[in-house]
Amino acid sequence: MTATRVRSVIPLHPAAERAEPALDTGTDRDRSDQHWAPGATSSMATSCDARLPSGMPALTRRSFLKGTAILSGSLATGTLLATLAPSRSWAAEMTVFDDREARVLLRLTQVIFPHENMPEAINALAVKGLDTAAAGDDAQTDSAVAIAFREGIAALDEAASGDWLAADADAQLAAVQSITDTELFLTVRGSCITSLYDNDLAYAHFGYEGEAFNKGGYVFRGFDDLAWLPDPPADASPPVQ
Amino acid sequence: MKTFEHSDDSVVVIIGSGAGGGTLANELAQKGVDVVTLEAGKRESSESFLNDEWKSFSQLAWLDPRSTSGSWRVARDFPGLPAWICKTVGGSTTHWAGASLRFQDHEFRAKTEYGDVIGANLLDWPLTLDDLEPYYARAEYKMGVTRTNGIPGLPGNNNYKIMDAGARKLGYTKVHTGNMAINSRPRHGRASCMQLGFCFQGCKSGAKWSTLYTEIPAAEQTDHFELRTGCQAARIEHDDTGRATAVVYFDENGDEQRQSARAVAVAGNSLESPRLLLMSESSMFPDGLSNRSGQVGRNYMRHMTGSVYAAFDEPVHMYRGTTMAGIIQDESVHDPERGFVGGYEMETLALGLPFMAAFLDPGAWGEDFTWMMDRYANLAGMWLVGEDMPRVDNRISLNTDLKDAHGLPVVNVHFDDHDNDIAMREHAFTQGEAVYRAAGATRTFRTPPYPSTHNLGTNRMSADAEDGVCDANGQSHDIPNLYIADGSQFTTGGAENPTLTIVALAIRQADHIARQMIRKAV
Repeated sequence: MTATRVRSVIPLHPAAERAEPALDTGTDRDRSDQHWAPGATSSMATSCDARLPSGMPALTRRSFLKGTAILSGSLATGTLLATLAPSRSWAAEMTVFDDREARVLLRLTQVIFPHENMPEAINALAVKGLDTAAAGDDAQTDSAVAIAFREGIAALDEAASGDWLAADADAQLAAVQSITDTELFLTVRGSCITSLYDNDLAYAHFGYEGEAFNKGGYVFRGFDDLAWLPDPPADASPPVQ
Repeated sequence: MKTFEHSDDSVVVIIGSGAGGGTLANELAQKGVDVVTLEAGKRESSESFLNDEWKSFSQLAWLDPRSTSGSWRVARDFPGLPAWICKTVGGSTTHWAGASLRFQDHEFRAKTEYGDVIGANLLDWPLTLDDLEPYYARAEYKMGVTRTNGIPGLPGNNNYKIMDAGARKLGYTKVHTGNMAINSRPRHGRASCMQLGFCFQGCKSGAKWSTLYTEIPAAEQTDHFELRTGCQAARIEHDDTGRATAVVYFDENGDEQRQSARAVAVAGNSLESPRLLLMSESSMFPDGLSNRSGQVGRNYMRHMTGSVYAAFDEPVHMYRGTTMAGIIQDESVHDPERGFVGGYEMETLALGLPFMAAFLDPGAWGEDFTWMMDRYANLAGMWLVGEDMPRVDNRISLNTDLKDAHGLPVVNVHFDDHDNDIAMREHAFTQGEAVYRAAGATRTFRTPPYPSTHNLGTNRMSADAEDGVCDANGQSHDIPNLYIADGSQFTTGGAENPTLTIVALAIRQADHIARQMIRKAV
């Protein structure tokens, strides 16, 4: 993870009909949970899932916003994701959060959802969504979301005796456990439930194949290819007609 | 398409176009009865359906505000979404998985068979399995249910193979790929199943029966049917003699309209139907229409539910193929030795990655959650669905503090699990986990109930008018030309998925209404 600008970003799903050209628009999927109230999600979490302004020239917008950092990295070679993507480099541009704030948020998504070997690019997508939610309507003043996030980050640092990012993993987790009633925690958890698992990178990483109709479904593509158990009796499970 | 004047008081007005309303409309139209159907949602199609869980949810689900109360976990996990039902032409037949099971004989006599269950408001149905069997047969033929009418069963997918292997090791014998209203081969102009894995998202191949592309277009072929979409019913009006005369509704432009009616049938699901009756209060009916018994909105049932997901060392890809790919029926019997009355079904169920994250353990975070998600491709899943107890205080009521886009009060859904529901869920979880361990699972996980898909009982049928809202024909005890045509008329819930019974009752009701019309009784 670095904070330097990279020249190219990953087209997330170049072969897909769905227009999802690049990482920094990767959260541009219709979110439905603004109508929906998952468990501990605060009302604020719902705004995290708002649609990004389409066609917004991000660099122009960035020039007059004050946060501005770029989360970037590269996909590990030899992984399925790296073979799908034309470029291994990825970047997510922030409009509200500065470099440290963005890195705290990224690490926070990893502590709340400690996946084995999940590419950071997926977490960066989630952070990009949080940044968008925090942008608010007025570029000149901090939104309520941004203020709440900064308060939450301060609480994390305090719980970790100064610098939460520098603390070891156990101390980071303990600090998070001490802030589970904050807007920061509730929003990040609620937002990640959709943003970490509803994008093409995540589909590829977790082994979910997504849209099936345009590929003819699975009737000839392995719906019954499980071979490590005995087949059911034919009267219980007849062959394809 | 035929259209009717708003002032035409010869039409039957049906509110809702799902399993009950859509079927009733077509059955009446085929008999030459003029029908106007008011559907709150828009019209989608197999072409417009989306193989994308969240986008489809936005497209099909009823997303108007609702509120919750009570001790059920849904109130904690999904306080604004007590039910996962649809606001679209075809209603929840767009979303349902297709399981089409007949009720068992004893389930029509729950009070007699189960005895006095403390804290339950049990009642026998005013009809029997014998009464309903001819209509079940007609429903199965209409819907093309597998393993009936010579229609072969569907092929089992990977998720089914695991359930089957585990079930047989445990000694279960009633194990198969289900009685499904999904074409295993082309039938009645609809294609066979492509094993898409998006049954809940509206079937893009049209293999799964939905009133959207069966009953509704068939009714439109007659000269006796008009469908009005985007129309939210607001109240049913009546005259001085207490007969229904018209339905006031907001059309797709938000303008108030009034459709005169010879008879009215409500089929808006067990949340919206009692809401409409309660909103239709008047000086003659101060507690709401058809509510002299005080039972409108009460006895709300949502089936005992829960899910078990299990992780295996080898890949499963449970999302490939039909969502409800098979069933174990051995536990659907009534056997009080297990510590509860009534029974439950075990049915495979699969969620895509986005919904798995949302529903596996709502509110969860940390390692237990991510461990299961990291094994998504190696998970198998089943849904547990059984009979729950009707309770007087489990009820739909109007929340006057919360309004919809038209300023109408929305529903509050109050539910407390009965001890019988809790005991049954515990038993079902234990057996579900045993099935997967027998098949070699390395870890099993108990997933709490999803927002309710089987909403039942809030305008229940009863032999005596003081015990319920309607009679065995779904005809209101209080208002002779008012009918209940959806799952809200269920006296008790049975263990089975309710759609087949809703359709059978709608066919039966259409015969009844036609006879009443011939006799000029309606």
